[in-house]
Amino acid sequence: MEIPYTTEIRKDTGLYNAKVGIWLFLASEVMLFGALFSSYILLRVGAPEGYWPHGWLTVWLGTLNTLVLITSSITTVMAWASLKMKNFSSFKFYHAITLCCAVCFLCIKSYEYHDKFIHNEVTLRDGAFKEGNIADGHLIKQTADSITLEGRIVKDRKDLFNLSTPFMGHPKQEEIEIKKSDIVKMSNYGPAHHTYNAIYFTLTGLHALHVIGGACVIFYLWAFGRKMWETDPERFTNRVEVSGLFWHFVDLVWIFLFPVLYLL
Amino acid sequence: MSDQSHSDSHDHVASHVRRYLLVFVALIIGTILTVWASYIRFPSREINIAVALVIASCKAFLVAGFFMHLVSEKKMIYGILGFTAFFFIGLMGLTLWSMGDFPLNTVTH
Repeated sequence: MEIPYTTEIRKDTGLYNAKVGIWLFLASEVMLFGALFSSYILLRVGAPEGYWPHGWLTVWLGTLNTLVLITSSITTVMAWASLKMKNFSSFKFYHAITLCCAVCFLCIKSYEYHDKFIHNEVTLRDGAFKEGNIADGHLIKQTADSITLEGRIVKDRKDLFNLSTPFMGHPKQEEIEIKKSDIVKMSNYGPAHHTYNAIYFTLTGLHALHVIGGACVIFYLWAFGRKMWETDPERFTNRVEVSGLFWHFVDLVWIFLFPVLYLL
Repeated sequence: MSDQSHSDSHDHVASHVRRYLLVFVALIIGTILTVWASYIRFPSREINIAVALVIASCKAFLVAGFFMHLVSEKKMIYGILGFTAFFFIGLMGLTLWSMGDFPLNTVTH
């Protein structure tokens, strides 16, 4: 059975079917991310004064990831333009860069996630340290009876919510050895640590899943597309356009995620 | 005739490529501006938020308008996006409307 309107234009819509389909799908995606953004707004506005984190993420890594995604967007549109100009090898070149950018983005994101999972907040027994009762930093060593953090000790938990800001700079870090008998509670900066971490992991995790999905489709077209290009080039070009629309949407979501989570 | 139309299409796409490159440069500049603006100490954090969201919206317009070709799309797509915008604005409007509904002493962390 032949699928209708893969290349020819429907009179009622003025478009080929896949294009209508992807835009309907993207409309549903806007509502999905919109719901999560509205959750973010509610959590942020509802947080008590001084208890919403600022500077918990590394700005230069977020900036780098933004630049990586923007680069992947231009290579995606150039790959489509190459097919429009009947240049398949150029398409392969540009989409190879797109795939490299996708892998690069995911590697940086994984590094950031790892950084949060080794970052710990430790509540200490009264009197264990004269500087305060809360130790905060990255776990660098663990033995049977002690742990070593690279971080700082604070008196008030509120001090942790401005870990670093553009205005204050990064607080001084030092190696702190803590006996396990002095630890009352220890939790890493995973999703359960704070509502900010929960919404950060939800939003960026869902976005990363979209990156993985988009990259898989682009890889399929890149690796196995030659046969369709040779038999039905217009249909193949339309497939590349549709996958490109999805990829640009992924970039578009990140354009808002970056300032909201990293800078504000 | 076919060769002529192919050549026209080639030139048409080639002219678009120059536009894509300009948009790419604008997006890079927009990203640098976003980071730079976040380091400016405005009178209130709300202004920082507004500036960052305005720059992000401009970047989003460039991606949607030129890379996704929304500046020259068919009416059908505008119709779909019109409905989406309506429901998205409704969603955000309901969110903002509910702001005053937090019970006293709500702790969210």
